[in-house]
Amino acid sequence: MGEEAVFRIADLRKSFGSIQVLGGVGLELHSGEVTVLMGANGAGKSTLVKVVSGVYSLDAGTMMLDGQSFNPQTPAEAIRAGVVTVHQNINDGVVAALDVATNLTLDRLNGAGASLLFNPRRIRREAKQVADRMGLTVDLGAQIPDLSLADRQMVAIARAMAHEPKVLILDEPTSSLSSAEANRLFALIDRLKQRGVAILYITHRMSDIRRLADRIVSLRDGVIAGTFEAKPLDYEGAVNAMLGRKVGLGQVAVRDGGETVFFADGLRIAEAARPFSLALGAGEVVAITGLVGVGKTALAETLFGVRAPLAGTMALDRKPYAPASPRQAIDAGVFLVAKDRAENGIVPDFNIYENMNLPFLRRISRFGVAQRRNERAIARRQIGDLGIVCRTERDDMATLSGGNQQKVMVARWMSEQARLFMLDEPFQGVDIAARRDIAAKLRASADGRATLIFVTELDEALETADRILVMSEHTIVGEHRNAGLNMERLLGEIAGQHLKGAA
Amino acid sequence: MSMRELAVRYGFLVLLVALVAYFAIAADGFASPQSAVFIFQSVAITGVLALGVTATLVVGGFDLSIGSVATTAMMAAAYVMVILEQNAFVAVIACLLIGIIVGLINGFLIVYMRVPDLLATLGMMFLLVGLQRIPTEGRSIATGMTMPDGSVAEGTFSAAFLALGRHRFDFFIQNLIPVSVVVLLVLAVAIWFFLEYTRFGRMMYAVGSNERAAQLAGAPVKAYKIWAYVISGIFASIGGILLAARLGRGDIASGNNLLLDSVAAALIGFAVLGAAKPNAFGTAVGALFVGILLQGLTMMNAPYYTQDFVKGIVLVVALVFTFALSNAGRR
Repeated sequence: MGEEAVFRIADLRKSFGSIQVLGGVGLELHSGEVTVLMGANGAGKSTLVKVVSGVYSLDAGTMMLDGQSFNPQTPAEAIRAGVVTVHQNINDGVVAALDVATNLTLDRLNGAGASLLFNPRRIRREAKQVADRMGLTVDLGAQIPDLSLADRQMVAIARAMAHEPKVLILDEPTSSLSSAEANRLFALIDRLKQRGVAILYITHRMSDIRRLADRIVSLRDGVIAGTFEAKPLDYEGAVNAMLGRKVGLGQVAVRDGGETVFFADGLRIAEAARPFSLALGAGEVVAITGLVGVGKTALAETLFGVRAPLAGTMALDRKPYAPASPRQAIDAGVFLVAKDRAENGIVPDFNIYENMNLPFLRRISRFGVAQRRNERAIARRQIGDLGIVCRTERDDMATLSGGNQQKVMVARWMSEQARLFMLDEPFQGVDIAARRDIAAKLRASADGRATLIFVTELDEALETADRILVMSEHTIVGEHRNAGLNMERLLGEIAGQHLKGAA
Repeated sequence: MSMRELAVRYGFLVLLVALVAYFAIAADGFASPQSAVFIFQSVAITGVLALGVTATLVVGGFDLSIGSVATTAMMAAAYVMVILEQNAFVAVIACLLIGIIVGLINGFLIVYMRVPDLLATLGMMFLLVGLQRIPTEGRSIATGMTMPDGSVAEGTFSAAFLALGRHRFDFFIQNLIPVSVVVLLVLAVAIWFFLEYTRFGRMMYAVGSNERAAQLAGAPVKAYKIWAYVISGIFASIGGILLAARLGRGDIASGNNLLLDSVAAALIGFAVLGAAKPNAFGTAVGALFVGILLQGLTMMNAPYYTQDFVKGIVLVVALVFTFALSNAGRR
């Protein structure tokens, strides 16, 4: 293992307008080592990657590559200097219209000294060299759309390696790969390590981390919250540093659930995932927590009829429940505040009251005609109930702050009584005051229904829920009553302790 | 409200009023009931088609097949009456069925076959342009025409059908308002009410603005999209009925400008009242705007070949209003 860091970042700062995203990041990468970067959504991972790969320029701080100052102004400059990034979206790394050989040598077709004519034989010859060096077994004449995701990923990485980089950045490379495909990627990464490449590996998957990491760096709110390099690596500590916990949390008055409202048995939501059961009682708020990509949204969508479970049965109020569409779920009294409101929630052309009444227009309408006076009265009541800050119920959504927009999304589903009320990442992009308001409203209105929230941030679960369930690898691996809970066990479950044997 | 907001909101209507005032002063006979009715009549068919395509624009789609649906309906009406010797009722039903079927096929291609809307309806346009010529081997249909097998077509356009194009209702002045204008006004009010005031219209706007959000709010997104194309098809076939009734024959060469004119009217409608989105009121105003401009210029002896040029200018100005000046285009 290299003693001297090949790539060193010190006190890196980056702001967008008045918002500071990176507040002094320090990071070292060593030759022949995999450094894993962990961080929750919004921690600043992507910004860091973009600064290093030359997409953004830094505001302050220094980057050193091989003892020389490194400050790329464009991605091409970063690549020439020897820092190559393979971005999260696999299809950004390959050009679908060209075959494998051309993709592998694509970067040689541009720039000074590139031949004017396209010579397929030479391309094939150079591509073969690249492929052989990487141990790539993909047919060079194959078309990209015919390849599996894993093969495309391999091509993208091989293409990146054609530059002989000193530093390779992999941004969530396994997020769309199966575990068998991921194993092929890991073998490739092992080969790269032997060649002395310093690798920065960004991921949420604990199984990746356990398999690959030589060091773990946890990023939180734009600063490094912890570096872990002593063997054996302290995975729980890394997760804890990444999720962070503040002292003096507002403790909730924990209540136990009443009669069972929702029950699922033998539910399986992903190939090769362990089936699990889930029971939710009336009046309780249950939080499902776990890292990004462990299946929280998949579970929410299964319960809401967006996707069908691979196996298992569900029951609502002891009656079989198998929604084939969101409409059926809504009619049964199962509501979902979807995550990422801009993508899945807000109708940008609609004002506040039109957004609010979207799911229940039928009830507000008479002979198909929407009763606007009635609609606006409902909206005004919700605005008052949730403390939404706006001028009138006819304001554009774009004029609201993130927190108020989220309140409108929650209010959309609160004008009717739910049996099961689900919220997926309801506190994402929400300021602390609005977050408290929403959590308080959820708890105050929890009687008579089951409430289920899906959150990555542990704090949010601890502040809101009566009961906390932990998801990992598309199944539920732990359950805790939110009173005097065993934090060590909880973090261990989030960090995938059960994977130890497997890894 | 700032000056810019005022300009975006009322600019186009002010322009319309100013245009009317100018022509009323500058062109003799422009400010008469007959002239007004003529303007409405000149835009009736385009307007009906434009209102239909508005429905597809609302769900975030587009329908390029409306012009050829209209001409196909026209040819079908002529075929049914002249060659099959059926009555007006059968002809109208045949036309509407064509509109419905084409709308369903368009919707199916777009929703289930996932063909992009422009391409699916472009294909349908070609298909229909060709299809309408097959039964008569490319000839126009008129009473007394010789059929491919040598016989002579004996049927005629029924009087009831022709009345759709030629009858005029009394309105203060005798024989003032043609049927086509009444159809335009009724359909305009109907689609406006449907889109603005019913829950179905609201959900169609939601589908066009954020499909995923509409789906997660329980809307049957696919059904709404297909319905939009069916509405568009029906409106286009009604336009075709009016065209056939006006011409009194199945003219293979007519209706060339229908598609572009009606799409232009719908797009000009984006600028009306600063809506920056498809809306029925705007579409109607857009169609009228073009009609008024052309009528006024014609009365001031502008040559006919400048018409398309003028329409183009209006469309470009309206699009600038929509996208450069309003906030909605700025997102």
